[in-house]
Amino acid sequence: MNMKVAEKDVLVHCHHVTCAYGDVAVVNDVNFTLRRGEFAGIVGPSGSGKTTLLKAVLGSIAPVHGSIDMLKGLRMGYVPQVESVDWNFPVTVLEVIVMTRSEKKWWPRITAAERAAAEDVLERLGLGGLSGRHIRELSGGQQQRVFVARALFHSPDILVLDEPTSGVDVRTRHEVLHLLADLHDAGMSVLLTTHDLNGLAAHLPRLICLNKEIVADGSPREVLVPDVLEKLYGAPMHVLEHGGMPVVLDHSENPMVGRFGGKAV
Amino acid sequence: MHSSLMYALNLGEPYGFQFFRNGTFVALIAGGLCGLLGVFVVLRGMSYIGHGLSHAVFGGAAASAVMNFNYFIGAGIWGVVSGVLIGRIARRRIIGADAAIGVVTTASFALGLALLNRYGQAKRSIEAVLFGSVLGVKNSDIIAVLVVAVLATVVIVLGYRKFLFSTFDPEVAEVSGVKVSFMEAALMVMLSLTILVTMRVIGTLLISALLVIPAATARMLTNRFSRMLWISPLIGASSAFLGMNVAYHTNTSASAMIILVGASAFTCVYFGSGVRGRRRMASFGHL
Ligand SMILES: Nc1ncnc2c1ncn2[C@@H]1O[C@H](COP(=O)(O)OP(=O)(O)OP(=O)(O)O)[C@@H](O)[C@H]1O
Ligand SMILES: [Mg+2]
Repeated sequence: MNMKVAEKDVLVHCHHVTCAYGDVAVVNDVNFTLRRGEFAGIVGPSGSGKTTLLKAVLGSIAPVHGSIDMLKGLRMGYVPQVESVDWNFPVTVLEVIVMTRSEKKWWPRITAAERAAAEDVLERLGLGGLSGRHIRELSGGQQQRVFVARALFHSPDILVLDEPTSGVDVRTRHEVLHLLADLHDAGMSVLLTTHDLNGLAAHLPRLICLNKEIVADGSPREVLVPDVLEKLYGAPMHVLEHGGMPVVLDHSENPMVGRFGGKAV
Repeated sequence: MHSSLMYALNLGEPYGFQFFRNGTFVALIAGGLCGLLGVFVVLRGMSYIGHGLSHAVFGGAAASAVMNFNYFIGAGIWGVVSGVLIGRIARRRIIGADAAIGVVTTASFALGLALLNRYGQAKRSIEAVLFGSVLGVKNSDIIAVLVVAVLATVVIVLGYRKFLFSTFDPEVAEVSGVKVSFMEAALMVMLSLTILVTMRVIGTLLISALLVIPAATARMLTNRFSRMLWISPLIGASSAFLGMNVAYHTNTSASAMIILVGASAFTCVYFGSGVRGRRRMASFGHL
């Protein structure tokens, strides 16, 4: 009985998943379970296989070993990296949002019901009144939210985001973080990847540290520790605490430290 | 008064000829059809594919002319097969894919030219394919252009959102359940058919221009995909119609005039729409 409840709770379960391009394995023997209502981030250095693992979860690439089980009929809302979007493409915010719906009807005009539903999602994300804008004519934070809105339009069970804060400024990062936290509070499950340890990862309930293999899996307090970070990045790192949260100091990438007589912390 | 009446009569004069009426009708539909498919060609940065495909089809057309084979069947099979293959090669982004496509399609074109030199009796029909011969259109050409135009319109209207989604954002489209490779194959087949049926009207050498100019012009005029989808065919059809008439009165090549009218429209819009309009073309890459 209890088992059944637990089963229904599992959205995605990766079982010894290995992914490869050609002969080169880039994700190796990964196991993790994602339950309904979770908010998890995959962190790791560049080229560690974060995007690849995300694509495997999304089903756009097949693992060469292992299996990925999903809740039957699971609906995923995918938000791509903003850098991968062609901002010059001739579409308005409304056109982007209703794009995911391709139900059977012969004339493609956006119906009043679709428009109302889209306006509703936009309103919820603080984008009210922008539906007629071209996607280029928006701020960075608004652009990011349009794609979140598109993912939400189909009422997904889980939101999947690839690097939602890369290439955006500090303010936009805050906007995105708050938006995701609000959605999570409202019951949405979220899986994302990020490079940003302090700005984003440290704020999430769960981090999966990936460097081809899973190095650690747990809360920021558990995994953002020097041992794990050294394994993850292959370089020693210091961790401070600020306001009850871990702050990772990255020495290896700061050649200026000590140059002008400044002291390493 | 008198002279303007004469002028008006003169403008109507070519319409007294059956061949001109047929030619104008075919050019009008061909222009609209190229404008429609051109939207996808331009937005996907596939203009080199349109160019390559028209050259590949020329080889097929020449071969069928020499072998006395029906043009639509011979060049059609050749065109659709090369279209789907080129689409698949280009999609996988294999390094050097564009060079490979260039080499193969140019070779196909060269083969066509060689056949043209070697076999005199097929020369006329091959030349028509090369330069286009709007005034020599047969009933079969009219029917073929009409069939493809209706087919393309129906397919694009019915698959509107899937075509839009897989053009704008193929990766997310795939995850959302759109069969992106199927949509791309469908586009390549329609593009091949379009090139096939408009080739004898516009000519191999100018067809890729008719695939690009109306769509690029439309892009500067609007920021909406849905509008681009009717503005571009409208520009294509109007250029064809005007070009035909100008060609008659100036005694020049119809297909050349169609392209020149289109290019003038492009130029006017380019300078008329200012920096904003021009910026919209930024994503086209190389045209
Ligand atoms: N389409 C591909 N074909 C071949 N190799 C690839 C492909 N995509 C990624 N790779 C390789 O797989 C490895 C993992 O890439 P992936 O994009 O998953 O890393 P990532 O952790 O998302 O990196 P980043 O943080 O830079 O986005 C890298 O070494 C990359 O070079
Ligand atoms: Mg990545």
